[in-house]
Amino acid sequence: MKYTQELCPILKKVQLNKTTFSFKVASKEAVKSMKPGQFANILVEGKTLRRPISVCGFSREEGFIRFVFEVRGEGTAIMSEMAEGQNMDILAPLGNGFDIDPNEKAVFVGGGIGVPPLLGASAPYGANATALLGFRNKDAMILADEFAANGADVRIATDDGSYGLHGFVTQLLAQRLDEAPCDVIYACGPKPMLRLTAAEAEKRGIRCMVSLEERMGCGVGACLVCACKTRTPEGGEKYLHVCKNGPVFDSREVIWE
Amino acid sequence: MSRLNVNICGVDFKNPVITASGTYGFGREYNEFYPISKLGGISSKGMTIREKAGNPPPRIAETPSGILNSVGLQNPGVDHFIEKDLPWLREQDTVIIANIAGATEEDYAAIAEKVNASDVDMVELNISCPNVKAGGAAFGTSCAGAELVTALVRKHCPNKPLIVKLSPNVTSISEIAKAVEAAGADAVSLINTLLGMRIDIRTRRPILRNNKGGMSGAAVFPIAVRMVNEVYNAVKIPVIGLGGICTWQDAIEMTLAGASAIQVGTVMFTDPYAPLKIIDGMDNYLAENNIANISELVGQVQLW
Repeated sequence: MKYTQELCPILKKVQLNKTTFSFKVASKEAVKSMKPGQFANILVEGKTLRRPISVCGFSREEGFIRFVFEVRGEGTAIMSEMAEGQNMDILAPLGNGFDIDPNEKAVFVGGGIGVPPLLGASAPYGANATALLGFRNKDAMILADEFAANGADVRIATDDGSYGLHGFVTQLLAQRLDEAPCDVIYACGPKPMLRLTAAEAEKRGIRCMVSLEERMGCGVGACLVCACKTRTPEGGEKYLHVCKNGPVFDSREVIWE
Repeated sequence: MSRLNVNICGVDFKNPVITASGTYGFGREYNEFYPISKLGGISSKGMTIREKAGNPPPRIAETPSGILNSVGLQNPGVDHFIEKDLPWLREQDTVIIANIAGATEEDYAAIAEKVNASDVDMVELNISCPNVKAGGAAFGTSCAGAELVTALVRKHCPNKPLIVKLSPNVTSISEIAKAVEAAGADAVSLINTLLGMRIDIRTRRPILRNNKGGMSGAAVFPIAVRMVNEVYNAVKIPVIGLGGICTWQDAIEMTLAGASAIQVGTVMFTDPYAPLKIIDGMDNYLAENNIANISELVGQVQLW
């Protein structure tokens, strides 16, 4: 059985800023085969649909999974009210995740709540990782210190200039790539950011993996709602699905709309 | 669990719980949670004669106690199903129902011939998909259209028991049921989704890229119970009940309304194990009430 439904006791809850929460939950089963970049579909009391939340980090040895999410609507608001000791009902591990090779030089490009899945993915890279993180403003900044603690070269951009570069994270990307080459780019964040990141990577001939978001149903590839338009090898177009074929896609596959 | 054995149109089901078309793919994904051999049956993702891309996203919106979807019959085409999925499904020891849809009479005739010659156990004719412009609903929302397409598929698919899946987006579902019964349907299943719409008040745009979509989930359950009961009282062929069933109590209620079997769909997005819990709950209920077989309860509601 590839998928597990698990009741995970909440070990530690931390509010990172006004709207962002970090939950560390205990896991025995789901964590066993987990990869960075995968996600869990989390039950929300009183809601029909589970909420897909990316894995920020996990440890098989210590038996935990960490989720960092932003309160965006009713569902995530209810989730944010959960307390330590309560059980989080998760379906996991879902999606394909990142294929990581820590011997490569990797640049991680994250925007806003797209940053958390990159933390777990970048950790094994140590000093081989550059983390380019974009936020609305200084108050919205999350996890930057943790990227640095893992050894990454961390650079920040904010929309209003209240911290780091006054501008977009994609400007940091162009600067970084002008300084030195890299083997691979991993990106997660808003679609315009992903599109610009993909364009920059393709211009320079660098492999770029993007983690996408779409409104989801089952989370396992059965209901086909979370469609993403992609190019087929034959030159045609096809809707793949973020939950099963993704959430991580090669940027050259994605048709940006 | 012989208490739950049912026979519908000559096909034996180990229990009356079937996973509903469109919510369960071809079974492979949920087989990663539990063996799908535990199910009474599986109704396949709605298939068309050729591969279909489906609608642009977003294709789903949450509603109070339910969802709207506008997938638009995305599927790999019936040949792909017969070659790649059916042999695997055949090994899973559950009843296989091929759900088929079309845009034209020619499409329906062609796909009916394909499934007739295949190894499926039953055919479920979708004349009620609300999400494709030239889709089945064009046939399924009038008695004449429903009768025409049922007779056509009956003619081109003579060897398989034929279930016709009915749309609730009509003035009188029992009149449509009588029309498809007269045209040769062996059973009816109902209800398909109810047409709905949601609007994002910030963007003033519908949440679904297709503007409207089909509503399902717990919120539609009372409508489904009412319609199943009306149709049960209008036709002689078996009725398969679906629409918002979440618990074993719902399944028993739907049975009392007139359903010989039930289908489970949207609840699986909340709990993938819901069909198994429903099967166990129904069996316990029958045991506790000394009911020898679920069929004793079909249509046994005593109307006031």
